[in-house]
Amino acid sequence: MATLRQLRTRVASISNIQRVTNAMQMVAAAKMRRAQDAIEAARPYAQQLDAVLGNLQKSIDPEENPLFRERSAERVALVVVTADRGLCGAFNGSICRRVQNELDEYAGKNVELVTVGRKGYNYFRNRDVSIDTNYGEVFRQLEFAKAAEIAQGLTARFIGGEIDRVLLVFSEFRSVAQQIPVVQQLLPILPKQEEGDAERDVDYIFEPSPEALLDTLVPRHVNFQVWRALLEVNAGFFAAQMTAMDNATKNAGELLDELTREMNKVRQSSITLELMDIIGGAEAVA
Amino acid sequence: MAAFKLEIVTPEKTIYSGQVRHVQAPGSEGSFGVLSGHVPFLTSLSIGLLRIDEDGGGQVDMAVSGGFAQVASQGVTVLAETAERGDQIDVERARSARERAEGRLGDTSSGEVDAARAQVALARAVNRLKVSGQI
Repeated sequence: MATLRQLRTRVASISNIQRVTNAMQMVAAAKMRRAQDAIEAARPYAQQLDAVLGNLQKSIDPEENPLFRERSAERVALVVVTADRGLCGAFNGSICRRVQNELDEYAGKNVELVTVGRKGYNYFRNRDVSIDTNYGEVFRQLEFAKAAEIAQGLTARFIGGEIDRVLLVFSEFRSVAQQIPVVQQLLPILPKQEEGDAERDVDYIFEPSPEALLDTLVPRHVNFQVWRALLEVNAGFFAAQMTAMDNATKNAGELLDELTREMNKVRQSSITLELMDIIGGAEAVA
Repeated sequence: MAAFKLEIVTPEKTIYSGQVRHVQAPGSEGSFGVLSGHVPFLTSLSIGLLRIDEDGGGQVDMAVSGGFAQVASQGVTVLAETAERGDQIDVERARSARERAEGRLGDTSSGEVDAARAQVALARAVNRLKVSGQI
């Protein structure tokens, strides 16, 4: 059995750790709420972008645009979006595993990675796969310009014929308890299923031509898809961290309860022992 | 004068939403004005000044850097990658952006793509400074 002193140090260190995990949980909760707000704030833009695309689709075939053109996927780029930091359970690991699945799927093809976020980069750095570009420190200050930069790099290489297909692998924020790794095709853009909306056809005046409008619209659509992935991962990371830290705090509490009980037992038996000694001594004197 | 609804959205947030009487926007084919009852109209925007005459009588100037404007019967929607109110523009940042872009343009060793990018960056910075009344 451990000595009283050993138990005391363990209790002290565990309650220190518990204080840290508890604080981290609260910070993650606050940041998650802000990240969720950012997802909400991006929604009107997405809806309007879809609306404009829908209006254009009525006058021209979007497949006129090179970013819609499908070709055989010989050279594939996987964009891996993970968080920069850990202490968030299986969050980053499950994204990396999803990427690994995709790598197996495209085995034999020319596959390269573009990593966003430090964790994904560290995971794949020493593995047998080529990393074309790494964008680190994106999440410290999340802004749209970063997403646009990443998307524009990929779009330019797609148009230049360097890559035939671009897939985004990230984690979707379904709820606080659920973040699901998903794979989404970024390029070529998959044409939207025509929804049979009964919206009456409005005759828009297009300026410049619908074709030219589509050419400026489509890259923005791509930029926005990358932005959405960043926002989802950002919110998912804080949710996962909050859950992980909540568990850690609870576990520390259980451990503390157990140790305190044991400590009391040891203390009690040592007091009993001392009392026996005193009584025995007193009897001997009497 | 009849009012209509104006909404300016960016990927980061909704910048403006309210009832307005008149909007002047920098269309890619030239600046245009919208009053209530305008025909349905869809255009791309260039870098420039967007001036709003609010229903309450106030006037708001904004710096936008490209995007789209959609005029429909329900109102006007502006989709911009960035939009800032004139009184909230970070003047220092715009100034240093302008200097950086000018430096890059002066550097003849940089490629065509870089030069084109610097041109755009310069236009954005100059536009921000103009809208905030600095030049």
